[in-house]
Amino acid sequence: MGFPILSVMIFVPFIAGLVILFGTRQKPELSKQVALAASIIVLLMTFALWASYSLDQAGYQFIEYIPWLPDLGIAYHLGVDGLGIAMLVLTGLVVFTGVMVSWNINNRPHEFFAYLMFLATSVLGVFSSQDLFLLFFFLELAVFPKYLMIVIWGSPQTRKYGGMKLTLFLFIGSVIALVGALAIYFAAPERTFNLILLEQAGFSPDVQRLWFPFLFLGFAILGGIFPFHSWAPDGHVAAPTAISMLLAGVEMKVGVFAALRVAIMLLPQGAQYWANWILVLATINVIYGAFIAMIQKDFKYVIGFSSVSHMGLVLIGFASLNADGLMGAGLQMFSHGIMTALFFSIVGMVYDRTHTREIASLGGMVKVMPWAAVGFIIGGLVSMGMPGFSGFVAELPIYLGVWRVAPLVAIISALSIVITAAYILLTVRRVFFGELPENLDPNMPGISIKDKISIGLLSLFMIVIGIFPGLMVPLIESSVNHILTLLGGA
Amino acid sequence: MATNLLVILPEILLLILAGLILLLDVLYKDRSDSFFSWFTAIGLVLIGLISVFFNYPGDQRQLVWGGMLRVDTAGFVFRLLFVTGAAVTSLFAAKVKAIGNRAVFFALLVISTIGMSFMSSAADLIMLYLAIETTSIPMYILAGFSVKENNSVESGLKYLLFGAMASAVMLYGFSLLYGFSGTTQLYGIVEILQSGAVSLSLQLLILFLVIAGFGFKVSAVPFHFWAPDVYHGSPTPISGYLSTASKAAGFIVLMRFLFSAFSYQQTYWGLLIAIIATVTMFTGNLLALAQKNLKRLFAYSSIAHAGYILIGVAAGNHLGIKASMYYLIAYLFTNLAAFGVISIVERKKGSSEIEAFRGLVKSSPGLAIILLVSLLSLGGIPPFGGFISKVLVFASAAEANLIWLLLVGVLNSIIALYYYLQIIRITFEDTEEIDLIPVSKTWKFALGVCVTGIIVLGVIFTPWLNLVTTASTNLMLLH
Repeated sequence: MGFPILSVMIFVPFIAGLVILFGTRQKPELSKQVALAASIIVLLMTFALWASYSLDQAGYQFIEYIPWLPDLGIAYHLGVDGLGIAMLVLTGLVVFTGVMVSWNINNRPHEFFAYLMFLATSVLGVFSSQDLFLLFFFLELAVFPKYLMIVIWGSPQTRKYGGMKLTLFLFIGSVIALVGALAIYFAAPERTFNLILLEQAGFSPDVQRLWFPFLFLGFAILGGIFPFHSWAPDGHVAAPTAISMLLAGVEMKVGVFAALRVAIMLLPQGAQYWANWILVLATINVIYGAFIAMIQKDFKYVIGFSSVSHMGLVLIGFASLNADGLMGAGLQMFSHGIMTALFFSIVGMVYDRTHTREIASLGGMVKVMPWAAVGFIIGGLVSMGMPGFSGFVAELPIYLGVWRVAPLVAIISALSIVITAAYILLTVRRVFFGELPENLDPNMPGISIKDKISIGLLSLFMIVIGIFPGLMVPLIESSVNHILTLLGGA
Repeated sequence: MATNLLVILPEILLLILAGLILLLDVLYKDRSDSFFSWFTAIGLVLIGLISVFFNYPGDQRQLVWGGMLRVDTAGFVFRLLFVTGAAVTSLFAAKVKAIGNRAVFFALLVISTIGMSFMSSAADLIMLYLAIETTSIPMYILAGFSVKENNSVESGLKYLLFGAMASAVMLYGFSLLYGFSGTTQLYGIVEILQSGAVSLSLQLLILFLVIAGFGFKVSAVPFHFWAPDVYHGSPTPISGYLSTASKAAGFIVLMRFLFSAFSYQQTYWGLLIAIIATVTMFTGNLLALAQKNLKRLFAYSSIAHAGYILIGVAAGNHLGIKASMYYLIAYLFTNLAAFGVISIVERKKGSSEIEAFRGLVKSSPGLAIILLVSLLSLGGIPPFGGFISKVLVFASAAEANLIWLLLVGVLNSIIALYYYLQIIRITFEDTEEIDLIPVSKTWKFALGVCVTGIIVLGVIFTPWLNLVTTASTNLMLLH
């Protein structure tokens, strides 16, 4: 079995969280340092995984298997494929930058960073699980850190509502998926939760059609599928910066990742049967999300709804069920994760200094925080799918893929590029350019070095992937090839 | 004779323990105020260990004492459960006003444990009835133990009246059963019922009457009306004991009864139990939403949990019984921890209103985290015992093709999570004033035991599941 790199990566934050929670009550600085150290270890480990994943071999690697409850076919079973690696790298980046931009949290910091670490464990665990039970185990682990972090450190006006709404929606999604999971567990020829075995279980078409919606929709709720998307903007806005970054950047990917890994890969015929419905819902996501984003008055809501819109593209990519679409979806998951984390971190930086998120009462921020302005513009370019940035590499294949199955969807959803350009440019102009409003102090403190590192790192990834897509494409491709064989060779 | 005595050795020792407690009360006057707590707890643990070493029946099933008792692993597991519950409860009772230093309190606790222990292995209607009464009568007194508080007296009286009523109804069912079958032995009745000597409608009537009696014990709707008032009024450690050990005792009796005397009528009682489970979950969870007092809220939540456990019984398959048993074990540790925290906070603040728990994380971070752990476990969140229990229970419904019941369960766990999260938020809120809450060593130890139990049950499944697998297999076999 060798060195259990995945387990170590998953449990480093967990142990760090326990240490922080119980050991650093009186030492706020130490709690931050421990969290930072853990997040750096995780980030480096995800890079190591990326570097050592064998593309020739493809498939699931770094497998760890320990029987957990053999009677019911439950095992502690970890392993990642190419897409999983991409998601782990994304998580590493977002957790690291999340810790960096939260450095000025001074209210009960030991709890904050401990819960942040627990959340990281949950997410890393889901991306690495090759056992359905284990996947739920990690998924539900996130319930209380998410909720507590929003209601304690969130924005005072909406945190109770937003926190509860988000947590309940995500819980509803996961239990709906659980119902589907239990149903297919008993329909399988063998009593096992092993995802790799279940892929080969050969469920009958009736079973696939009946239970696919439970599994897919359950998980897709976590990804913000219309009409169950409203938790996302409300929750993201109510959450503190680091949590918005993690929720929009990573948790929504957890949802669509699980929808792909469990629903589409275990029930491919179900996916083919329901694909058109997914396309319809996802198209609404894309267009509706973009329009709503355009009319927002609150800076953070703009980003919140833009996530809904962009996640729709991921789902469109899935539902096209062909090589291009899936490839684009995988890239978009990564690209959007980085981009939205960057957006939310900058929104947080602006808010920390101006104490307002009203677009109308902001302006001229470029003079105070040029780094943030540049970062936001890069994110904006990614968001619009500008060539040379990761967004282009991701969105183009999605449109190509869906064009082949439903040209109409491609045409309608491509409209969103224009709308996105409109709201991003408007926001950039109103927030960062123009005159600084009089009620804002022109000598407000600039952003810290840690903030700059975060912005720089996230921007760097979007540009590098945009210019050298070859870094990421083969990784995703290896997963896509596997999915296509499950779908019956295309 | 010697082997016959050996099988009831734990009960004999429990009786001796109760006697010793009363004796020490007279003989040993200058004791510390948590002496009886520790004495009782250690005694119970020793008895538990003795039963592990001398009374583990493994895969054997044996009727002893002229068919009065059935010795099998189901009885063994539940006896351990009751002993554990009683030991933790006695530790929580330490230093609680008006009960912590009263020997009678602990003696009654032990005696009711004897009753429960017999309930879990009773195989004869008469034995069953006696065991239930041996459990209940001390519980009536314990519920009303704080005689200076009106609430407590009211609660004792209510429990007595409802209990007497339920007993009477159940006894009526028993007498019909005896009258028509001519035997009081559960495992004898089954043959007569199977032979068709008793008409189906009469069988269903009996079934309903008896389930009413057991439903009272497990606080299933519509036999639940006593629970909120009694939990609210009783001394908090007793509320904890009532909601865990006493509920578990009700469940083992229910399961044994259904899988012995009525094992051939599963299609009928399966549906009946499924309906009761549905109503119970909805009633418990919906009413819990509106509660302002944490003890009352836990009473309703405890009703709801009876509903989840009934899903496993309704599924009626092997997995279901196993799941219900696992659930009861996890629930015991979880709810005892919660009531323990409530008891400690209530003692300091003089109130169990939810408002008294606002900002608990500031007054006592440890207590807040323990309450968090137990609420999450109740909500079915990993890595705590409640998660695997719920998954198992739901899985059993899926296996029995009761998808509608599974959906009802799932819907209810969403509702429940809502109010559990509300309490979590309130306990973790920021407050200005910090009112430190002292936690004595005894309580720390008891809470530590509970939390360890919750986490161990939630992370390491195999040994416990193997145990309840043996227990449920033997419970479901007639011979």
